[in-house]
This record gives sequence, structure tokens and C-alpha cells, in this order.
Amino acid sequence: MTDHVGVIHKNAVMDSAPPRPLWSVILVRPETMTFLLLILAIFAGGQLSPYFLDVGYILDSFTLTAELSLLALVLTLVIISGEIDLSPASNMALSACLFAYALSFGWPLWIAVLVGMGSGMIMGAINAFLIISLQLPSIIVTIGTLTLFRGLAQVIAGDKSIRLPEWYIGIDKIYVLGLPAPDMIFIIVSSVLALILGMTIWGRQIYQTGTNETSAQYAGIRTRRIKAILFISMGLTASLAAMIYVSRLGSVRYDLGIGGELQMVLMAMLGGTYIFGGRGTILGTFLAALLLSVISTGMTTANLLPATQLCVLGVLLIISIIVTNFIYSRTQR
Amino acid sequence: MIQKLFLRREAGILLMIILFCAFVGIMRPRFLTLDQFRIILLLVPLILIGAMGQMLVITARHVDLSIGSIQGLAAMLTALMFKFHPEIPWGLGFVVAIGVGIILGLVNGVLITAFGLPAIIVTLGTLSLYRGLTFIVSNAKQIDRQFVPAALKAMSQDSPSYAVPWIIVIAIAVALAAYWFANHTIIGRQVYALGSNPVAAPLRGIRVNAVTILVFAISGALAGLSGILYASRWGFVNPSNTGTGFEFQVIAAVVIGGVSINGGIGSIPGVILGVFLLGCVSAALPLLGIPGTAQAAIYGAVIVMALLIDRSVRIRANSALSGLQRGHA
Repeated sequence: MTDHVGVIHKNAVMDSAPPRPLWSVILVRPETMTFLLLILAIFAGGQLSPYFLDVGYILDSFTLTAELSLLALVLTLVIISGEIDLSPASNMALSACLFAYALSFGWPLWIAVLVGMGSGMIMGAINAFLIISLQLPSIIVTIGTLTLFRGLAQVIAGDKSIRLPEWYIGIDKIYVLGLPAPDMIFIIVSSVLALILGMTIWGRQIYQTGTNETSAQYAGIRTRRIKAILFISMGLTASLAAMIYVSRLGSVRYDLGIGGELQMVLMAMLGGTYIFGGRGTILGTFLAALLLSVISTGMTTANLLPATQLCVLGVLLIISIIVTNFIYSRTQR
Repeated sequence: MIQKLFLRREAGILLMIILFCAFVGIMRPRFLTLDQFRIILLLVPLILIGAMGQMLVITARHVDLSIGSIQGLAAMLTALMFKFHPEIPWGLGFVVAIGVGIILGLVNGVLITAFGLPAIIVTLGTLSLYRGLTFIVSNAKQIDRQFVPAALKAMSQDSPSYAVPWIIVIAIAVALAAYWFANHTIIGRQVYALGSNPVAAPLRGIRVNAVTILVFAISGALAGLSGILYASRWGFVNPSNTGTGFEFQVIAAVVIGGVSINGGIGSIPGVILGVFLLGCVSAALPLLGIPGTAQAAIYGAVIVMALLIDRSVRIRANSALSGLQRGHA
């Protein structure tokens, strides 16, 4: 009897394909590509200008994209769960306008924070309601709310720019443990999200939701609740990013972070998040955010026009999604 | 028969237009004059032309976010030709603009089909790429009024007959052609088949990739045409303003026009009415004393509202269908 089982077991092992060697598992991963590209970009930047390889300079320049990077982290979770959200950049603009108005009225900081975060959360909840409760496709819904939120910001702020009180300006000039505060926040948020996504049951359920929602539901996963929480936390993160953004800029206009949806999606895609859901890591997006910051700083150092950078970002988005899809299709069993 | 007519989506949009116009007309009687009608008609041609392409794309279950940038790049290249080669007959501008649009649309379509990528990401990328190219070819400078041929600008004022400017005639011609294409050609019907069931379409012998590429090429071509008409309508081409946000206006018009975002459902008359409704709203804003800055918010609200209507219609259609089956059983 035991022999019999043993035979079956042996056959089963022989029938299945041999496991891929460890080097191939590690190497053929989108994150590895991102990491190699990052090193390449830093090297290329060093060739452009000797000042580029200054760590302080790189850290300081990262504050310019820290807010969008924060959004990209949460967006990664949303994409892994099989949805997409294009509205956070507009959400950020509207939250920033409300927050700045609250401060300029002379309200205490905690009320202003409450106003900002509350509005961000409500906007996230609107997306969640339309997408999860009413089962509308997230692509078109968030295209609609992208226009709506930005439009509301324009209605509220008009063409004026709202000045913030002096004491609130300059978060990027504060250093925590030698890092600019926005960088520190980004590192903390990405560590927390990486732990949640990689280590907790809830995180694994996000992957399962994105891989196959029906089977996830049969497995007892509350996919709708997971997605709703993700969209609302996306809104919350957008308002948090808005507060960092306005502190760095010192004033707000309705066009704050306009076109930011491209960079957010680009960071997630460059980091190897699979656009059809179910795959991707926070580490990848983290590296991609660094890579993008290095690339745009490098392009500025090299005196490239902003327009050229726009082209580069667009091409990069398309190439990164092609490569990611290719890698995943090769490793799919 | 009459009941059937009322059940159609177009009837709902028509009703909304009538109610809206009646409301604004009561508040501001000036809204219901012929002059105002002319203003509305002059607001819509670009959106109407763009919407015909986008309607086909959405019906095929894709989306094209890059049309605003295609409009900008096509308009800019045409305007540059006018500026540096004034000796070239201005009519060739149409060939250039549409040609540029077709090429840019083909790039979208080929990327999407060759690599099996989602249209939204690809066109988000090309949105940025084409806009960047517009800045590069123009050196970030506006092409001013004096370089745009007078004959081209006149197309927005002169009319062949009945005081209807050429630009509107062109838009109506495009709409008629789109109607013929969508309803009376095999490929047009294949677009619907593809959108309503992408899995079954290839089994019915539809060449999915070819149809998809064609749809994006048409969308690009029409965006290019709207580019040269932009130069005609406004008399200048600006690298950062021309076409920015155009995609959102067009998507708003298409979804309010009853095109289902789940693909396969949508009619050209519905989209025309949707465009017209948006035109009425834009024209009514200044009369009602609402600042122009509210326009983007309204477009956004319109998209969300249209999605809600689309959903309720879909649910009602489904329940009617299941009721029918129960009745037969």
C-alpha cells in the first residue's frame, strides 16, 4: 500500500516540470528589471553631471515627486485588486484647495486637516460607491470623477492661487534622521504597505481578488469590502499627499498635479504591477518611484525641455507595460 | 410602435434636451432665439466629429484618451505647414491633418493589438507622447492668427446656404458617414459584434485585430480633422491649449449619448443628441450667470450621471428580458 502511494507520488513528481532554478526566479522578475534600470539611470546621470551622484541631491530632488509616489503605492494595491483609479491626482487638487482655504480662513490646523482628509475620503467613497455598489467599470468611472474633482477645484478656487500661512510652508526643508520629511513619509508608508501586502492575510486576499474575483468569493473572501477599503484609502492618501504638496509649494491652484495620473500609473507599471490584476509588489513601485525621480532629475540636469520629458514618460509607460506583460506571459504556468 | 419609440435611449436624451431648454428658456427667454441656436451649433462641431470616432472605439469596448493630443499635434503640424510653406494650397491642410491623425491612431491600434495591451494605458501613454511632440515641433510657440489662411478661417463664418457655416456642414457630413458606416457596412456591424462579445467575435470569423486597428485609425483621423477645424474656428493653434481636455468632453458626449461603456451598444443619433445636449449646457452657462470655470465640473458630473442612467437602463432591459423568458416558459 505504502509502495503504491509512493509510486504515484514519484510519478506525480516526475510528470510535473522541474522547478525553475533560483537565479531564474529572481532574475526574471519585473522588479529586477526596475532595479537594474535604476542603477543604469544613476550611472547615466553621473555621466551627465558630476554633481548628480551626490546622495543629498538625489534625496532632495525626490521630494519633487514624493507626493505622486505616495499615490502610486496605494494605486499599486488598487491595480493588484483588479481595478484602476485615475482620479487621485484630481482628488489631490480638490483636497488641497479645501485644505488651503480652511487654513487661510484662520481655522486651527486640526480642523483644516479634518476638512482635507474628510474631503479626500468622501471622494474615495464616491468612487467606491460607483464602482463597487453600482458595479460600474472603474476605468470610465474614474475618468468621470477625474474631470469632476478637478472641475470642482476650478469652481472653488477659480483662476486664483490660494496662499498658505507662512508657518505651514516648507515640509521639504524639515529633515528627519537626515532625510527630507516627504521622503521619510514615503519610506514609512511603503514599508507599512509592503508588510500589509506581503505578510497579512488581508494582503494576500488582495492578490486573490485580482487573480480571480469569482473564485476569491467562493473562497470566502469579501472582495467587495476589500476593494471599497482600497478606493477609500486611495482617497485618504490623496488628501495626505495634498497636504505635503501644498506645504512644499506654499500656494495652491486648481491645476495642482495636473496630468499626475500618467506618472502614477507609470510608476506602478514600471514597478512590474500587472495591469490585469493579481501581480505586483510594493518593492517594485518603490524602486520605480526612485527610478522615475532619477530620470526626471537627470533630464532636467541635462537641460532637456519639459516637452521632451513628456515624450519620454509616455514612451516609458508603453515600453514598461509591454515588458511587464512579456515577462509575466513567459513565467505563467 | 409609439411605445417602442419612447423606449429607445434617444427618446430619453431628446426629452432631457427639451426639458433643459424649456427650463433655461423660462429663466432667460433669450435662450430660445435663433441666434442662440446658432451659438450652440458653433460650439459643437469639433466635439461632434471627435465623438463619432470615440463612439466606435467605445462600442468596440476600448477607450481612446489620446484624441485631444492627436487634435493638438495634427493642428500644430498643419499650422506649421501654413506658416513656413504658404505657397502650398490651403486645402492640402486637410490631407495633412487627417493623414497625421490616421498615423497616430494606427500607432495606438497596433500597440494595443500587437501586444494585447489595455487601450486605456496605451492611450494614456500616447496622450503624453503626442502632447510632448506637439511642444517639440512647435518649439513651444503658438501659431498666431496671421499664419492661418483666411480661407480656412472663413469656413467657420461663411456658409454654402441657409447661414449654416461650412464647419457645421462638415460635421454633419461626418456624422452621416459615421451613421452609414456603423449601420450599413459589414465592418461597422463587426465593431458592434466585437464590443458585445470579444470572445465570440473571432469565432464568427471577425478579424478582431484588423477591426480594432481600423477603429483606432478612424478615431485618429477624425481627431486630426477636428484639429484643422480648430485652427479654422479659433484662428490659432497653441501647443498647450489646443485639444487639452478634448477627450473628456468627447467621452462625456458619447456616454450621455447612450453608448454603453461595456461595449456593443450605442447609436450615432444618440451620440449626436448627446453632443447637442452638451452644447446646450455650455451655451446656457453664461446666460444663467454660471462662470465658465464650472464647465469641467459639469462635464465630469455628466459622465458620472450618464453612467448611472446607463446602469439603470441595463438593469431594466435585463429584467424585461428575464420577464419575457418567464412568460414564454
